[in-house]
Amino acid sequence: MIYDILLMNGYGIYVWSAFAFTLLSFISLYVIIKIQYTKEKNKFIAKFGTLNSERAAFAKSQSINKEILSNISSI
Amino acid sequence: MFKYFEPNKIYSVTSKAPKYVLMLFIIILSIGLTEALILSPEDYKQSHSVRIMYVHVPAAWISLGIFSAITFLSVIGYIFKIRNFFLISKSLAPSGLVFNIIALVTGSIWGKPTWGTWWAWDARITSMLILVLFYIMYLVAWRIYEDNDKVFKATSIITIFGIINVPIIKYSVDWWNTLHQPASINILSKSSIHISMMYPLLIMTAAFALFSILIFLMKYNTELIKIKNKGLDRL
Repeated sequence: MIYDILLMNGYGIYVWSAFAFTLLSFISLYVIIKIQYTKEKNKFIAKFGTLNSERAAFAKSQSINKEILSNISSI
Repeated sequence: MFKYFEPNKIYSVTSKAPKYVLMLFIIILSIGLTEALILSPEDYKQSHSVRIMYVHVPAAWISLGIFSAITFLSVIGYIFKIRNFFLISKSLAPSGLVFNIIALVTGSIWGKPTWGTWWAWDARITSMLILVLFYIMYLVAWRIYEDNDKVFKATSIITIFGIINVPIIKYSVDWWNTLHQPASINILSKSSIHISMMYPLLIMTAAFALFSILIFLMKYNTELIKIKNKGLDRL
């Protein structure tokens, strides 16, 4: 039965390569976007760390900044 | 109404949503793959090669849907000066491009056993290739222009020209004699596809849609943090 699923009457090479290409594209896109996201987040945290207490308090008063800092690993 | 589209309000939702979307995507994709590769029947004419349809067709549908959404958001965003619509459009584009490429490559793989060739310059395939070029132009425009007004204008123009190609893709199989088969699924009339093949196709479409939502959310969050990074520089 496993051979039947793999070979698919001789069409297995086409079917499996189409599905493999699709899944590989998904994984590649996910990894690229994840790397971009982590990079920007780390940059934000690093920049935030360099602010003095007054500026940091002002920046933190914006809800979105607070959300970014609280969701360190949201994905 | 547009105040609900403000990034500050949206981020609290978009930052938490990806992990749930990812979980749901994995579940739906697992069911879809089982149906598409094992449970669904083979075609009487195309045999098992018909299974390529379960990745080819949803990818084509979603790439067309995303391009239409990008055009709509860009035009509305340009008319009403809603910057966030451009941000949403920009975040949708990468998954649209990847789905378009998947549709072309899997179509090419499907073409070999059914038509005996990897590629044919037929109307449907060529118009899908043109759509890839529009996606690339759109993404390149975001990289080229630094000024917001210029990039909003350029991307709106690209999408307006690109959207002309969408009905051409849809009706190319009716307007010209092509190798590509006509649509098997019609919303307004009776579909020619059997229900045993329709279900896996719809499940795979749902999985692909979830993946595009996941990538959109991650990209959108990245873009928002990028803007906030610039904001910190100005403090």
